[in-house]
Amino acid sequence: MKKDPEVTPELARELGLSDEEYSRILEILGRTPTYTELGMYSVMWSEHCSYKNSIALLKTLPRSGGRLLVEAGQENAGLVEIGDGQAVAFKIESHNHPSAVEPFQGAATGVGGILRDVFTMGARPIAACDSLRFGDPSQPRVRYLVRGVVSGIGHYGNCFGVPTVAGELFFDRSYQGNPLVNAMAVGIVQQGRIASATASGKGNPVMIVGSSTGRDGIHGATFASVELSEDSESKRPSVQVGDPFTEKLLLEATLEIIREGLVIGIQDMGAAGITCSATEMSARGEAGMRIDLDRVPVREENMSAYEIMLSESQERMLVVVRKGCEDRVREIFKKWDLHAVIIGEVTDDGYVTVSHGGEIVAHAPAESFVLGGGAPVYTREEQRPTYLDVTGAFHPSSIPVPRDTTYILRLLISAPNIASKKWAYEQYDTSVRTNTVQGPGGDAAVIRIKGTRKALAVSTDCNGRYVYLNPRKGTMIAVAEAARNVVCTGAEPLAITNCLNFGNPYKPEIFYQFAEAVRGMGEACRALGTPVTGGNVSFYNEDPEGAVYPTPVIGMLGLIEDIDLITTSFFTSPGDSVFLLGQTREDIGGSEYLSHVHGVVAGDAPYFDIQEEIRVQSAVREMIRERVLHSAHDVSEGGLAVAFAECCITGPRPIGAVLRVPVPFRRDALYFGESQSRIIVSCAPQDDNALFRIAAKHNVDILKAGVVGGDELRMNEDIKISILELADLYFKALERLLVRA
Amino acid sequence: MAPVRFGIVVFPGSNCDHDAYYAVKHVLGADAVFLWHRDTTLRGVDVVILPGGFSYGDYLRCGAIARFSPIMKEVVRFAKAGGFVMGICNGFQILCESGLLPGSLLRNASLRFVCRMVHIRTERAGTAFTRLLAQGQVLTMPVAHGEGNYYTDASTLAGLEAKGQVLFRYSTLDGQVTPGANPNGSLRNIAGVMNEEGNVFGLMPHPERAMEHIIGSVDGAMIFRSVLEAVTQRAPSAVSKE
Repeated sequence: MKKDPEVTPELARELGLSDEEYSRILEILGRTPTYTELGMYSVMWSEHCSYKNSIALLKTLPRSGGRLLVEAGQENAGLVEIGDGQAVAFKIESHNHPSAVEPFQGAATGVGGILRDVFTMGARPIAACDSLRFGDPSQPRVRYLVRGVVSGIGHYGNCFGVPTVAGELFFDRSYQGNPLVNAMAVGIVQQGRIASATASGKGNPVMIVGSSTGRDGIHGATFASVELSEDSESKRPSVQVGDPFTEKLLLEATLEIIREGLVIGIQDMGAAGITCSATEMSARGEAGMRIDLDRVPVREENMSAYEIMLSESQERMLVVVRKGCEDRVREIFKKWDLHAVIIGEVTDDGYVTVSHGGEIVAHAPAESFVLGGGAPVYTREEQRPTYLDVTGAFHPSSIPVPRDTTYILRLLISAPNIASKKWAYEQYDTSVRTNTVQGPGGDAAVIRIKGTRKALAVSTDCNGRYVYLNPRKGTMIAVAEAARNVVCTGAEPLAITNCLNFGNPYKPEIFYQFAEAVRGMGEACRALGTPVTGGNVSFYNEDPEGAVYPTPVIGMLGLIEDIDLITTSFFTSPGDSVFLLGQTREDIGGSEYLSHVHGVVAGDAPYFDIQEEIRVQSAVREMIRERVLHSAHDVSEGGLAVAFAECCITGPRPIGAVLRVPVPFRRDALYFGESQSRIIVSCAPQDDNALFRIAAKHNVDILKAGVVGGDELRMNEDIKISILELADLYFKALERLLVRA
Repeated sequence: MAPVRFGIVVFPGSNCDHDAYYAVKHVLGADAVFLWHRDTTLRGVDVVILPGGFSYGDYLRCGAIARFSPIMKEVVRFAKAGGFVMGICNGFQILCESGLLPGSLLRNASLRFVCRMVHIRTERAGTAFTRLLAQGQVLTMPVAHGEGNYYTDASTLAGLEAKGQVLFRYSTLDGQVTPGANPNGSLRNIAGVMNEEGNVFGLMPHPERAMEHIIGSVDGAMIFRSVLEAVTQRAPSAVSKE
């Protein structure tokens, strides 16, 4: 076996620890760390595991209350009570850097990791979502990344057997070298069967279960905590390889041992592998752990202690088993052809003690490694970026109003950020488990819960362009839109998870974006009554050209109390009345129209008022509860004209509409502006009065815009286009763009 | 008379096993049991369902390993004795691999996984699996597969057609068999085939995902109800129970 390198301050620096952090380790241990210990601190104190630059701000978010069963950060995923003794576990996480260098496996293991976070709590995954951002799709490298990521997500989720039901696919040059791949999973658990990620009870055996351990993914967490550069390609070995088949077996075996009450605590092994599970579980339980690495099943010869402790091999879990139940655990895992091997036991000394080859290779306080314990916490400097002066100076008068509105609608409906994402989501199994009421392509996905009258609504949202132009307001809009989306399906928004994708936090202008975004999220979540159940921070999303748009992706969970209330976004019946709720402002700032048609990213984020938002959402919820709506669809990218077009063409039977709306200001702002808090609804004509009444009660602007019917979309004298043409542009644009050579 | 009992085979990697169970037990109201891949008994079932999924990971060729499992020995024996066997998606692939059905399923022509609602036209009514359907009747249900491109040699194909073993073809909603309606490049838009004896049937679309209005279609129930009726109307001695 190779001898460990000598531990020096230089080596610590190479592993990503600052001099200050290295001194702190010396202080904690009262001696020079071993090589294995140094590696353990380096991964646990990396940004990815420690949240050292974000945690101070994240603590300002509303992280409890409502239906939350655990406070954010306490367990592997958030947990929300939904009645009938059931709870929903859900979380979103990034896998950006692995996907940038190895799109297929990077994305696949992102899905695998988030699924494990959910079923390690005892919850069976019932839905997955994916929020994706890429650069300019006319570039071959970008198309390669898109195709790889989409097929990687499909490969893992399809084989595992979870429907991938919602998500986003957004293109902008800022993501050129650093795509964002955020995966979300949602699971259901009976409240008595929730497993915890805690080690306790001196003498309880510690078992490693699932796959064997190899050299893959060593230092993945550290790789995730630096900017991508020319030599990132050489980090390809840091990317793990996923095996969804083994994960499916691990799911069944894990749920079985939890169901039988054999488990004291369990945590999946993702970033930082055994190191992370052992230290975090021990610290949570205020216990210690003794681990003998000679017992860990390995798939390669001569692995050092350092390598075993830092390996990020996939499809593994660390389980603290109730003493005396070891044999039953082994038996269950054997049935599923998986390892379950005792590698140590829980102690009460608060230390994680690791031995290898008969020698102690690590002996350090568990608490000293972890977030909330000894891991460093920094407050970074914020500085308002100067670009905001430039973008903020934008005036719409510099943009000519196009004469042919129908032509602009054609351009927008086939723009990559607006056109149907069918090309991507048809590669995902969306209907396995036979619960998908609304799959991708609606405002939010709807999953019924068998054996009850309930359904869940799930949406992910973030317009990074808005956040770039106004970090605080842009993030508030992301929360509000996610809530609006689930409201449109008939749900009450319950809680959010978030994935915060930003650049390098050591740059004050980046940290300003981050801090403002977190403040905006807190404000919006408090106002909407949707606490934050947890999430993930991904910094260092930069390539040599600069940082990505600040992209705080919001994953929203909503509850539909009765499946009869489920509402779809498309027009259903000729003769129905069409209404617009909310007020359209003269505002083209930050719009897809401005970016796609005029090539300008400027202005403020669109008009937004949180109180107005709450009123519009309350009105729509009441209309749905009173069962007077036939459809509800929120107005977002592309504005009013695109939203009306979507109402016409996204149903099983496309249908036209004839609409008339007042033109109080420039036409492009009216048809394509993206001012927020607007929802298009349709109803039977005899229910018109009910809609007027409910809108008035909530003090919401309401406009009767016209009638459903015919085979054209017509708006005033400005837009006239056949539904078939619209549908062809909308559904085929992305495939035309991505599949060509 | 005892209720008809469906046995749903569970391979490691099956992921539509619970869906098939739910469809049969909770929607159809028949009896259903899971059959573990290492089992060597079919527990007296009347119909065997090989569900969808990725048996043993399908890292080799879909269904190539599953055919060697202990339970498949019993399924083959059961089928040879005239028992009803239905393979859905991965189950269809396993039936072809194990020689219970002719042909094989290649990668989709697009080389991509495809999941969407499709329409399939009933090519032959009156079989055990289509007895409640009319000739030409179009059903709607999802497909979800990467390897569903049905292929066989010309003479086998001619035999299948001549003997009426093609039960379903991908079509448009109004029953036109067109290239555009074919999601995977299957020869002659073939979506499902039956053996010559009429007791083994495989199809790529998922009837178990089309059993309730709330999830978009109830057409799949017609296939399950057909086989249910076929069992109840058949003389009890037709297949020897274990």
